[in-house]
Amino acid sequence: MFSLENITNTTHTWLNQTFSPTLALLTEFLIVGVLVIGLFAVLGLVLVFMERKVSAVMQIRLGPNRVGPMGIFQTLADTLKLVMKEGLTPNGADKFLFNLAPFVVMITAMLILAPIAFAKGFQMWDINIGVLYVSAISSISVIGILMAGWASNNKYSLLGAMRSGAQIVSYELSAGLAVLSIVILSGSLSISDIIASQQNGWWIFKGHIPAIIAFVIFIIAVTAETNRAPFDLAEAESELTAGFHTEYSGMKFALFFLAEYVNIFIVCAIGATLFFGGWMPFHIGSWTAFNNIMDYIPSSIWFFGKTFFLIFLIMWFRWTFPRLRIDQLLNLEWKYLLPISMFNLLLMTFVAIMGWYF
Amino acid sequence: MIEEVATTAEGDLVINIGPQHPSTHGVLHLVVTLKGETIRKVEPHLGYIHRSIEKMCESLTYRQFIYVTSRMDYLSAHINNHGCAMCVEKGLQLEVPARAQVIRVLMDELTRIASHELWWGALSMDLGAFTPFFHAFRERETINDIMEETCGARLTMNYMVPGGVMYDLHPDFQRRVKEFLKLYKLKIGEYDDLITGNVIFQNRMKSVGILSKEDAISYGCSGPVARGSGVSCDIRKLYPYEVYDKVSFDEVLETNGDSFSRYLVRLREMNQSIRIVEQLIDNIPEGEFQAKTKAVLKLPKGEFYTRVETARGELGIYIVSEGGTTPYRIKFRSPGFSNLSALDHMVRGSKIGDLVATMGTLDLVIPDIDR
Repeated sequence: MFSLENITNTTHTWLNQTFSPTLALLTEFLIVGVLVIGLFAVLGLVLVFMERKVSAVMQIRLGPNRVGPMGIFQTLADTLKLVMKEGLTPNGADKFLFNLAPFVVMITAMLILAPIAFAKGFQMWDINIGVLYVSAISSISVIGILMAGWASNNKYSLLGAMRSGAQIVSYELSAGLAVLSIVILSGSLSISDIIASQQNGWWIFKGHIPAIIAFVIFIIAVTAETNRAPFDLAEAESELTAGFHTEYSGMKFALFFLAEYVNIFIVCAIGATLFFGGWMPFHIGSWTAFNNIMDYIPSSIWFFGKTFFLIFLIMWFRWTFPRLRIDQLLNLEWKYLLPISMFNLLLMTFVAIMGWYF
Repeated sequence: MIEEVATTAEGDLVINIGPQHPSTHGVLHLVVTLKGETIRKVEPHLGYIHRSIEKMCESLTYRQFIYVTSRMDYLSAHINNHGCAMCVEKGLQLEVPARAQVIRVLMDELTRIASHELWWGALSMDLGAFTPFFHAFRERETINDIMEETCGARLTMNYMVPGGVMYDLHPDFQRRVKEFLKLYKLKIGEYDDLITGNVIFQNRMKSVGILSKEDAISYGCSGPVARGSGVSCDIRKLYPYEVYDKVSFDEVLETNGDSFSRYLVRLREMNQSIRIVEQLIDNIPEGEFQAKTKAVLKLPKGEFYTRVETARGELGIYIVSEGGTTPYRIKFRSPGFSNLSALDHMVRGSKIGDLVATMGTLDLVIPDIDR
């Protein structure tokens, strides 16, 4: 099977042979750091461009088509514009928190990238509690949003931040329970183990109805958690102008913007890992010949293909649905999604105990 | 100073929505008192786009002042002009040729469709769905193209003159309108698929912003807002002008009085307008498009009042003449002003998201309110 494992292993061995172990580790940190920042920027550019094109298709428009072929450099031009803009701090704002908030949000997004397996053997940190780590760290971003809303000294921002807080805290429960149901099936919290357990088929197919229910709940919950429409109450353009980032301009705004897109990528990557086998090719039980053919497609293509399919799904939501109201949003979570996902978890446990999955 | 107005004695939050805000559709300024997310009070502040059109009209001749009225309710410019032209004709006791009457009604109904299309897109945008806006504009553009061809303008047409219309129809007019009718019937289903049937949309609209029949009457609401509450108030039916008594169409009434009723009224009104256009487009009589008038119009001494049904409701035009070439006083009764006054009553106790949704169903055009 085509794999990036060779590259990472060779680099690791060479570094350890050439330098002392400490220096080798430090160099690896450096490489990974540069890669993450690079990935962050590239993801931002690609996803913003993708969103523009997807929305254009849905809105019978052409989308960006002037800067570069098909307008692919449009996002680059926009980033340049944002970099050159003045970063304003409003009067009466808490300067320290105001300036800190975008970094909290962005660094959180960066940290979650650590345990995600991008391809076979291409994972920064194969921690044995990977799923728990992701759930834990992703909750921190709400602090950044609350900070931004509070420090802006703006009522719209404050309202947006409050909504965002209520929303993220609520929907994390459903997302967590949906994730747990897959953990029950695979019997491990480690991302690489979860992927390995899908060797003979993805969980969405193997796990019967409970897995499909879990997937639907997961997608709804993460859409809410990333503050995307139809759950974009924290921004709610027509109500709160721009919600928690009303007062931000220039690069500080760009960091929020970038973090939003990277968060979408992350939740979709997690979804792809849990339900669609991450980088694992499409395998059907014991069909060896078919499985071997599927193995010829590189694992990174499988991973990014699945992730971008889910991202497309979330973008499709955004450009089709109207926004919910705050009480409807909380009703949906506490009255419907949470009971369903709890029941689903029980069902999944039952299925797992009886061994009714493939 | 700022601290004083920022919060009330009970500790409620006071926020300013507008005059620059994406969902006020213009320069409307709402001072909203909030308890958390719940609305305690809404106070509209007007005057940001007041151009004193009524005063300006006093120094313009009876031919000239009609053009200024295009700038009031710019989405139903034709209908504004139509009302003013009718008022002047009433004073002059001028008979409008049959062809001009049909052309006027055709243009009015096309304007109404275009206005409702824009409202539909803007309402969806208020609710956070961006895509419908572009779908609405696809059809609206066709109407604008038709208008441009005949009237020479896309928004402020200035096509109606006392005694008829300014020019004859463009030779392509009938063909283009028929093409539009075909396109509209093809696409109107998409509106329901995309928005009307959507669960989120229905939850946002149903039993929200309720205006009872009694309140609708006492606030002086008119147009689709009042008809959504079950008040029969279509001027085209009650006091028919031009050829409205010769075409068959229904007055759309809904009785729930919530935002969804108002939504349905406008959506069905579009279909009724299509019905009127369909009946008239093949039956435009031949003949003059403008009655013979004197170069300088002078209204006899007296008071003249006409009313027309614009896309937003009843527009009244009141002219006081002293016998000169310019009106002595002019007063417009704009539908948006009365409709806006009911907003506070409708949204008290609901969430801030409902305020935006309810305001969307009122279909406010701010230059119409301020004038």
